[in-house]
Amino acid sequence: MSTPLEEVFVKTRLENRAALIAYIPAGFPSIEGCKRVIEVLAQSGVDALEIGFPYSDPVMDGPTIQEAAGIALEAGTGSSEVFETVKYAHDAGLATVVMTYWNPIEKYGVEAFAREMANNGGSGVVTPDLTIEESAQWKAATNAFGVNTIYVVAPSTKGERLAQVTAQCSGFVYAASLMGVTGARSTISSGAHDLVTRIRATTSMPIAVGLGVSTREQARDVAGFADGVIVGSAFIKIILEAKDENSALREVKNLAQDLAAGVREGR
Amino acid sequence: MTSTQNTSELPAPIGHFGPYGGRFVPEALIGALEELDAAHQSAMVDPVFQAELSHLHATYTGRPSIITEALRFSQHAGGARILLKREDLNHTGSHKINNVLGQALLTKRMGKKRVIAETGAGQHGVAAATAAALFGLECVVYMGEEDTRRQSLNVARMKILGAEVIPVTAGSRTLKDAINEAMRDWVTNVDSTHYILGTVAGPHPFPTMVRDFHKIIGEEARAQVLELIGRLPDAVLACIGGGSNAIGIFHEFIPDANVRLIGFEAGGDGVETGRHAATITGGSPGVLHGTRSYVLQDANGQTVESHSISAGLDYPGVGPEHAYLHDIGRAEYRAITDKQAMEAFDLLSKTEGIIPAIESAHALAGAMIVGKELGPEAVLLINLSGRGDKDVETAAHYFGIPL
Repeated sequence: MSTPLEEVFVKTRLENRAALIAYIPAGFPSIEGCKRVIEVLAQSGVDALEIGFPYSDPVMDGPTIQEAAGIALEAGTGSSEVFETVKYAHDAGLATVVMTYWNPIEKYGVEAFAREMANNGGSGVVTPDLTIEESAQWKAATNAFGVNTIYVVAPSTKGERLAQVTAQCSGFVYAASLMGVTGARSTISSGAHDLVTRIRATTSMPIAVGLGVSTREQARDVAGFADGVIVGSAFIKIILEAKDENSALREVKNLAQDLAAGVREGR
Repeated sequence: MTSTQNTSELPAPIGHFGPYGGRFVPEALIGALEELDAAHQSAMVDPVFQAELSHLHATYTGRPSIITEALRFSQHAGGARILLKREDLNHTGSHKINNVLGQALLTKRMGKKRVIAETGAGQHGVAAATAAALFGLECVVYMGEEDTRRQSLNVARMKILGAEVIPVTAGSRTLKDAINEAMRDWVTNVDSTHYILGTVAGPHPFPTMVRDFHKIIGEEARAQVLELIGRLPDAVLACIGGGSNAIGIFHEFIPDANVRLIGFEAGGDGVETGRHAATITGGSPGVLHGTRSYVLQDANGQTVESHSISAGLDYPGVGPEHAYLHDIGRAEYRAITDKQAMEAFDLLSKTEGIIPAIESAHALAGAMIVGKELGPEAVLLINLSGRGDKDVETAAHYFGIPL
């Protein structure tokens, strides 16, 4: 049986376009507000959702996501809220993955985490600081429960290492477009295209590009060579800057529709 | 069949101490860690590198550091013989210089021109800034904003040495957040930059490499004690934050089964209050800053803020080798409160004319307890890891001395 995430990429390949994947931390801007954002995303052309597990020490994240994670933690977001959000997004019709640093999984229990993902309709987990060397228990648990394992590769990932990491990916390969942390950038580094080309040489798995994508034009460019476009900080930034929730939801909708148009214009 | 089935073999874990250690980092850093691992391994067996480092230690650090017997302090430690390994007399005032000179030499070998470092008390930041000045490297030091206030003198020292000091305003604004920010810098600038991590934590090879640069402390001390008293000490004592000075003095003694190794963590207001930095005593296994070890964490795996009067011990993690030595029972770990540490700080100053770093005062407070347990026949070797000049303001405030 394939996961909803895998089905998304089957569908977008048939439609000859890239998938749009949005990121939001669970519990941001509040535990209930997060659900309203998800509702809007689901109705605005987003194909899949990446739900962040807010963490105290997010070394891969820039200031925007750090701030959002801080707000979510203040609101009391923990593993049960994360799984509840996964279920909500799945029920809203989105293929759903969780993005989490490793320690919350280890603390929850590796098997239990994989099981709860599956129980709540989650398709997979993005683990930005889990190296393949430390993955044995995680691979066994996710295999047992049919949960995709998504690893992040960087422009510096080369040669045999790249093939070793992509071999452990399922669902998709997460290609970090640049060397650095999450956050909107004015231009997408040329390294992204090169990295996607190098990943393709190692796997037939779909490849989604994240880090720095924030506009329709950037989404269009990336959709020209990748199977998925991941947008996180841009959504969070407009929610952080909006004067109230209604205007935040309106702007989230506008950006999602823009990006959804972008991923359809790439090829 | 689900496509999550995967038969590809996983590479073997690397840099483990039992279940601890390893690498939990973004893939972007793997190349740099492998390069560093290779540079470290080749340097350890390269006589040219070793000669260069020894020469620096002899002519710049001031090694070997001496042993001082603390005769008057001994009266407050059950009469046990108290031998102080004087790392406080090293250039820059602490053991930290051992590691930074080693890593700066490696930086040169790897052809990198920029170094970054994190610092809590400022000891490691000052040491890194010193090594950068000596080797002509650009140096950026990340320091929690809270710590820049507690240790303003060291901020000035780093600036005088030509380093840029960036106050970190994220999270608890202490050492943990300074490490996060340094990691973010490293992920972004890894091609040009080496991260001089200051303790025996972090992803492999840091715990092993930093230990290798500090193990000279124990190698010297073991020989010095043998020469002085004709036998090994009964116990070796050190304070533990991340654990670099402790592993440095412990390592050579690990095969000496009759020598007790005792680490003293920062108990803050008392472990029972929850306001402490005693990671092994009061924490649980988890992953923080790229390594698996003991961590102060909550039920969701979020790092809990640590508390200590000593900025250098105020860290919610600990080196993975200590976690392992604890679990196998080779080393013991106990907590010392702020109050106990400050009493020992005062006592050593008044009985021996040596003002210790508040970090090291935790080990001295430990000596007062262990000395009473073992009695006057016992010989205790204590790593006096740093001097207290940087702590004068904190101590004056604590003891109500007007400035």
